[in-house]
Amino acid sequence: MATFTFELVSPERVLFSGAVDAVVLPATEGDMTVLAGHSPVMTTLKTGFLVVTSTPGNGRRVLVRGGFADVNQNGLTVLAERALPEEELTQDILDQEILTAEMHYDATNEPAAKHAAESAIAQLREAKAALNF
Amino acid sequence: MPSLKDLRNRIASVKATQKITKAMQMVAAAKLRRAQTAAEAARPYAERMAVVLGNLASGITVGPDTPRLLAGTGSDRVHLLVVCTAERGLCGAFNSSIARLARDHANRLLAEGKTVKIICVGKKGYDILRRQFAEQIIEFVDLRAVRQIGFEQADQIAQKILGRFEAGEFDVATLFYSRFRSVIAQIPTAQQIIPAEIEASAGATDAVYDYEPEEGEILTTLLPRNLTVQIFRALLENAASEQGARMSAMDNATRNAGEMIKKQTMTYNRSRQAMITKELIEIISGAEAL
Repeated sequence: MATFTFELVSPERVLFSGAVDAVVLPATEGDMTVLAGHSPVMTTLKTGFLVVTSTPGNGRRVLVRGGFADVNQNGLTVLAERALPEEELTQDILDQEILTAEMHYDATNEPAAKHAAESAIAQLREAKAALNF
Repeated sequence: MPSLKDLRNRIASVKATQKITKAMQMVAAAKLRRAQTAAEAARPYAERMAVVLGNLASGITVGPDTPRLLAGTGSDRVHLLVVCTAERGLCGAFNSSIARLARDHANRLLAEGKTVKIICVGKKGYDILRRQFAEQIIEFVDLRAVRQIGFEQADQIAQKILGRFEAGEFDVATLFYSRFRSVIAQIPTAQQIIPAEIEASAGATDAVYDYEPEEGEILTTLLPRNLTVQIFRALLENAASEQGARMSAMDNATRNAGEMIKKQTMTYNRSRQAMITKELIEIISGAEAL
């Protein structure tokens, strides 16, 4: 299978850099899968899991919050405000994230922002359930 | 002429000081390495962000719909200065050179009849600027409790600035910090953050991008984040600069202490010898007189 270059960058460090088969992105307007040769796209991301497949049938999940993805001929670059690989996730971190999202929800009055926070909370709760915490 | 005991005490105290400065230098060197790696690790994010913003902004014509963070408020009457300094002293001219740059900038603006507001990040800059600009300082951000600067701290500061911008409290914001060039060279820098200065990337890709959601919408979410990234980078550069400045300041102090010890030991030995000679002469002349 054709591979492409994928980079996952958070403000503190570069989390992943290398050739992969496919990446599933939690884009704001619906999940999308990026494969090699994808046409150039730029999209914002919502809170959710990003799935990196470097060998067929073997995905690695990373929880991302607030960011955007840039697909061009050089590959895919994801800039995430916060990115947590599945291995590093603990119940405390997730609870903290949920709390922050809830505070965002309470703090804002704009319908769009409220909706975004609401879906973030739902995503995080789902993540918590999926990881059996 | 100080007595031998005085000299001995003085040498001992300089030696103790030298030990402290030496230790501080070594601690600063270790912290510098950490701060430097943190600053370098943060660089890719900031660079990519700049490229993406450049791409987006070059495709947009400035109009009434353009986000104000990019286009500005249309006036430049009220200026906000965000001055980032260290929380601790004993690092040479680091804090004072940032404060001086900010002060000159503020004085120039005041002379032009503009209104100036100041947000201080870091205690030292606050202490220096408070003397002259007590009325202009509107906020003081204390990072003393923070061990390692994270994105959250930068985000908090950015949110404060954004809140004030949206409330129409200022038109132009400038960020003051020290750029880390090398251990011996830290450059105090003033950087305009609102309205955002975006260098249109010359090598903008010709490829036609699909935007999801609309370009304008992406831009509105991206611009506040860009502000946070700029502040985050400034804080990290500042942290590295601070340690670098402290390291060279403490290196100088250690060397000066060494020189002082050498000089005083020389005086001590001379006066000790003079005393012995004097006593011998007294004994000999006493014996001759018999």
